[in-house]
Amino acid sequence: MESNQILRLEEITKEFPGVKALDQVHLDILRGEVHALCGENGAGKSTLMKIISGAQSFTSGRMFFEGESVQFKTTREAQDIGISMIYQEFNLIPELSVAENLFIGRVPVNQYGKVNWKKLDSDAQVLLKRVGLEISTKQLISELTIGEAQMVEIAKCLSSDAKLIIMDEPTASLTDKEIEFLFQIVDNLKNQGISIIYISHRLDEIFEITDRITVFRDGKYIATKMTSETTHDELVSMMVGKDIHDLYPERKVAVEKEATAVLRVEQANDHQKIHDVSFEVKSGEIVGIAGLLGSGNIRIGKLISGYYGGFDGQVEINGKAVQIHTPSDALEAGISCVSDDRKIEGLVLIRSVKENISLASLHRLLKKRIFSSIDKAKENQVVDHQIERLNIKVSSSDQIAGNLSGGNQQKVVFGKMLETAPQLLILNEPTRGIDIGAKAEIYQIMRELSEQGIGIILASSELPELIGMSDRALVMREGKIVKELMHEDLTQEKVLLYAAGGMKDE
Amino acid sequence: MNSKVSQLLAKYRTALVLVMILVIASFLSDSFLSMGNFINVIRQVSINAVIAAGMTFVILTGGIDLSVGSVVAVAGAFSAATLTATQSTFLAVNVGMVTGAIFGLVNGYVIVKEKVPPFIVTLATMALGRGIVLVYTNGSPIAVKVAAFKFIGKGYVFGIPFPVIILLAVYLIAFYVLQNTKFGRNIYCLGGNREATRLSGVNVGRVELMVYVISGLLAGITGVVLAARLGSAQPTAGTGYELDAIAAVILGGTSMTGGQGFIFSTVIGALILGVLSNLLVLMDVNPFATNIVKGIVILLAVVVDNRFKKLSKTK
Repeated sequence: MESNQILRLEEITKEFPGVKALDQVHLDILRGEVHALCGENGAGKSTLMKIISGAQSFTSGRMFFEGESVQFKTTREAQDIGISMIYQEFNLIPELSVAENLFIGRVPVNQYGKVNWKKLDSDAQVLLKRVGLEISTKQLISELTIGEAQMVEIAKCLSSDAKLIIMDEPTASLTDKEIEFLFQIVDNLKNQGISIIYISHRLDEIFEITDRITVFRDGKYIATKMTSETTHDELVSMMVGKDIHDLYPERKVAVEKEATAVLRVEQANDHQKIHDVSFEVKSGEIVGIAGLLGSGNIRIGKLISGYYGGFDGQVEINGKAVQIHTPSDALEAGISCVSDDRKIEGLVLIRSVKENISLASLHRLLKKRIFSSIDKAKENQVVDHQIERLNIKVSSSDQIAGNLSGGNQQKVVFGKMLETAPQLLILNEPTRGIDIGAKAEIYQIMRELSEQGIGIILASSELPELIGMSDRALVMREGKIVKELMHEDLTQEKVLLYAAGGMKDE
Repeated sequence: MNSKVSQLLAKYRTALVLVMILVIASFLSDSFLSMGNFINVIRQVSINAVIAAGMTFVILTGGIDLSVGSVVAVAGAFSAATLTATQSTFLAVNVGMVTGAIFGLVNGYVIVKEKVPPFIVTLATMALGRGIVLVYTNGSPIAVKVAAFKFIGKGYVFGIPFPVIILLAVYLIAFYVLQNTKFGRNIYCLGGNREATRLSGVNVGRVELMVYVISGLLAGITGVVLAARLGSAQPTAGTGYELDAIAAVILGGTSMTGGQGFIFSTVIGALILGVLSNLLVLMDVNPFATNIVKGIVILLAVVVDNRFKKLSKTK
């Protein structure tokens, strides 16, 4: 066995009653390397990470850490030996200071149990220096940005002398600047001989910072490659198990020049983050709205969907003025919005797929009798239709929505919103956190909808998607539309330039 | 195979516990299995069960209603006073029901419009209600002397006590509303995720308001039934009933965070509590010890319930 190896898994199998989540998988991690784990949702990545970090046990197989056979019963055991995991959800306590969080459960005390604040503070400063974070140790976590909080989380791992750090989608909620900083730290850790297992849906990142990549599919080990020796396309086809050529389906029918405006927004203004925004969306058109975090590109769609109540300005649907004060007003007018946060705003996770899909259109599924009873036969028919049309993978429509993969959950939200028969569909980050196969399907659905004449607003921070799908894009900055880019002019550079304010509109 | 058994067990766990208690009870006491005792238990249970039905609506939305015990007393007193003044059973019953509904309306209004947590609002109206009834009655019971009114608590229809008929009606309607109507569906979804439900175009404020009105209304009905059965409206009536109702809902497996639960499980939960107290009486257990047994049973039930939930989650 190579001495350079820090972690080795052999034939690890994890069975849940009725399901094999992992089937004899292998993995080896070298000292001081950044190792990416790739695979679609349901490939077994998260189960594997839980096993490595001690949150779950494995059914059979062998795991070695620094050459010693290990099997953890708790995450504490894994931490003590030097394996730490940074979860997508932070485990920091917002009301406590940075220093207190760093040493939570291990605060230095004197013989009477009184906290040694001086030592706590100086120890904390050492850790912050290691991750290069320039904040006061006395600041509360709640006062930090998400990016800074993430750095504190990493520093916390270092405080327990981690030799292997697992990062699960660490950049999901970071700004570009913060991501850059994170990458520096990852580099820094690597130079200190610390190994990192890096999980991300963003392939660009994987190619930027990892040394090797291991791919999983359907609970099985597929391959391990040197990052420098593989390509984007090869990686995707290994993950999906087939070649994906045209991620963004071509438009078969052009948008008519004279097509009528489905949506016209005049001087929309919430006097906070949206300032006098005017635009229109034609029938069958996909309009991208680009912008940096906080630019208002997500908020504008929510605003006209009634998320925040009433607002100033006029909205017309098919030339008719509509008044929007609540989400139900917007839905009634024909505006449906797929939220960027499906767990909080999109789905009732503990209820069934059926209940979720019919939720926004129940009023059209009623028997005209007392109590507004639901016509269950009709409901089943409608729900089954959406499941089939959107290719939602469920055992039955009574399955709990929370048990589905991210992509299928997103399709349920799509189904719910399509069932409201929208004239205008607003898609906020429609493919966030979902795997590439489901992404391709969602793009296909968008294309079909647009060809049926539905107007679509696509607000996305994934520029390739925005550029690949939009007929036209609006760039927003500080709550205003700063530039309109036609399809021919639509490039990442231009969008970024205007979004960041690098170029004044002519 | 194993997972199927455990899933079935998980689904019918509440009924299973009831059957177990019934079997044990029939061994421990000879008189337990008599028809007379059976009717007696159900009649006692009907008081708690009707309140618990309303509590189920509230808890399904993720809320709580602590005011129901006090509402029972206020509704009973107002109803009895109306009866004394007018001799009209019809009017008296309606006053009791409306009183309950108004309490629910106040609870719901403050919770929805002022966004005060349900626990605090209903804690306040609980104190308020008890205060109102004590001041109104000056601490003494109001006797009811109209036979038609007493029938509500003491009468029989085809050998079934009238309160039990009310119980059946309440649960059948509640079941229908929760399982088959848009309102019922909205209650479950609202309890599961308020924001997602609002963004789906549901008027969540109205749904929330309505569940408190229902809870108040059912507490009002219970107040009338109780006054009719006892032959008088007691100012201390209903004390602690909110806890019994919550216990029944919890025993029925309804999630306290909302969004999950089944109305018929609540009546089973109420039956478990009722059978248990009945058994302790039959066995001549020190009445002061009854609460100890109740407390232990609730704790056990919830612990076992959690185990089952974990079991069905790791499938």
